[in-house]
Amino acid sequence: MADIKKIATRESYGNALVELGREHADLVVLDADLAGATKTSTFKKEFPDRHFDCGIAEGNMMAVAAGIASMGMVPFASTFAMFAAGRAFEQVRNSIGYPHLNVKIGATHGGISVGEDGASHQCCEDFALMRSIPGMTVICPADDVEARAAVKAAYEFEGPVYLRFGRSGVPVFHNDDSFKFEIGKGEVLQDGNDIAIIATGIMVGEAVKAGEELRAEGINARVINMSTIKPLDEELVLKAAEECGKIVTCEEHSIVGGLGEAVSSLLSEKKPTPVRRIGVNDEFGHSGPAADLLKDFGLSAENIVATVKAWL
Amino acid sequence: MTKTEKKELMKLACKVRMGIIEGTHSAKSGHPGGSLSAADMYTYLYFKEMNVDPEKPRDPDRDRFVLSKGHTAPGLYSVLAQRGFFPVEELKTLRKIGSRLQGHPNMNETPGVDMSTGSLGQGVSAAAGMALAAKKQGKDLRVYTLLGDGEIEEGQVWEAMMFAHHYELDNLCVIVDNNDLQIDGRIADVIDPYPIPDKFKAFGLHVEEIDGHDFDQIEAALESAKKTKGVPTAIIMKTLKGKGVSFMEDQAGWHGKAPNDEQYDQAMAELGKQLEEVEAM
Repeated sequence: MADIKKIATRESYGNALVELGREHADLVVLDADLAGATKTSTFKKEFPDRHFDCGIAEGNMMAVAAGIASMGMVPFASTFAMFAAGRAFEQVRNSIGYPHLNVKIGATHGGISVGEDGASHQCCEDFALMRSIPGMTVICPADDVEARAAVKAAYEFEGPVYLRFGRSGVPVFHNDDSFKFEIGKGEVLQDGNDIAIIATGIMVGEAVKAGEELRAEGINARVINMSTIKPLDEELVLKAAEECGKIVTCEEHSIVGGLGEAVSSLLSEKKPTPVRRIGVNDEFGHSGPAADLLKDFGLSAENIVATVKAWL
Repeated sequence: MTKTEKKELMKLACKVRMGIIEGTHSAKSGHPGGSLSAADMYTYLYFKEMNVDPEKPRDPDRDRFVLSKGHTAPGLYSVLAQRGFFPVEELKTLRKIGSRLQGHPNMNETPGVDMSTGSLGQGVSAAAGMALAAKKQGKDLRVYTLLGDGEIEEGQVWEAMMFAHHYELDNLCVIVDNNDLQIDGRIADVIDPYPIPDKFKAFGLHVEEIDGHDFDQIEAALESAKKTKGVPTAIIMKTLKGKGVSFMEDQAGWHGKAPNDEQYDQAMAELGKQLEEVEAM
């Protein structure tokens, strides 16, 4: 996949907002002094009268978004994942989640691939926080094509949605023409019955790479893209458990409370199956180039391959 | 406002206060103090000021009210019931299992409630969002929000004020119920938010200072808010916590405590007497 073009999903977010904005006059965008970084600046350029900077006040922004949604408009509220899910958690929980208002939260700079800014800005807890809110949909797209499709699906969907995007470029492996996105549906990218690798976000590309390497060594892994963390595609997970017997989860998130735990919880109740979780091992990140950090934290195809081989 | 209109409002305010006592007594919990202090404002807003219709509680063009100090829901429920959004009898279900009247307002359950609130400092932001959306939608409606004076200790209130001023939300009216008490005591002793009007002025708002139990002053302030263009208005109203029930007045202890049977009888007798006095005027 080395020669495939790379696009950061935050870019996809900005571009999708513009496309949606052209079709829907009720779409508005809020940002918290990060429009350049979250890429809502792309939207602002074309629709300055529908882009509202809230300044460095994320809690206020989320509750403002709730008020806007109560009036029948569709606000996308954007900031870094750390501040959207972390700082403004209680506003999201009480002003958006509890009244189940139609607010879309566009959280960029998720996970450790934020890079040089270090631990204070590397949010590895957002899946855990957001999936704990009743009625919240949590999506983490894997590439540009899926990210743009997810933003559009979130607009069409009635109810609160948390969308997580990344800072760094990731390979585009979906085909724009044939790709269909559906909230709550996982996607089998490679078939196999020896083991299942369930990944989300930027780890999907790594899982695909790992799947190819394993196949070259005679191990047929089923590679699944689980872009919707909540509601989880239970049917797909249970089928993988039934047919593969072993599951590895991969996420650029803490192993506490994220995809790995969601999969493990489901399986322990409905079909006990051994699971290995690849993620950030209950520790804070640190500064460094994104690529080096991902390697450091074992968020790589290499580590997926090693984990699978050590297990089988 | 005519003398008859004012008399009618005074009668209604007595009934709203009775509903507050009814609800909290039945629930054996809840927040009567700050509900009673704002009862006159609730009454004026729902019977004189706001464009609302109990038959069409979801009318997109209605004025909006956000109870940012959500714990004084008994006051909001009582005025909504008096206004006909649901039966007055239902006030007795307050805080009980299966009731539409949750401990704090829920916009999806209670007819007439425009925003779910309860966590202080958030409702005012939602109200600002509503005011902004109304402008974008070209709707000529107004948004009112009621805050506690303790609530303004929340930093988010000031984030919302910066936002409302920046976006020139002159269709937003922020009302602060300055009853001087919060759970732990006098607001100045807990964490002093005074001088309150100066703070709102510093954030660029048009500020009105009134006696929150005087309907003429309430009317004048709300009229002034409507005439103010380009900036939101803050009405700081001096009130008496527990107003109308002698043993609750100006007592922090009645912030979040329900009357027992004996206290209920006394409170209802006092309010009944006040109602008779107004009727005899």
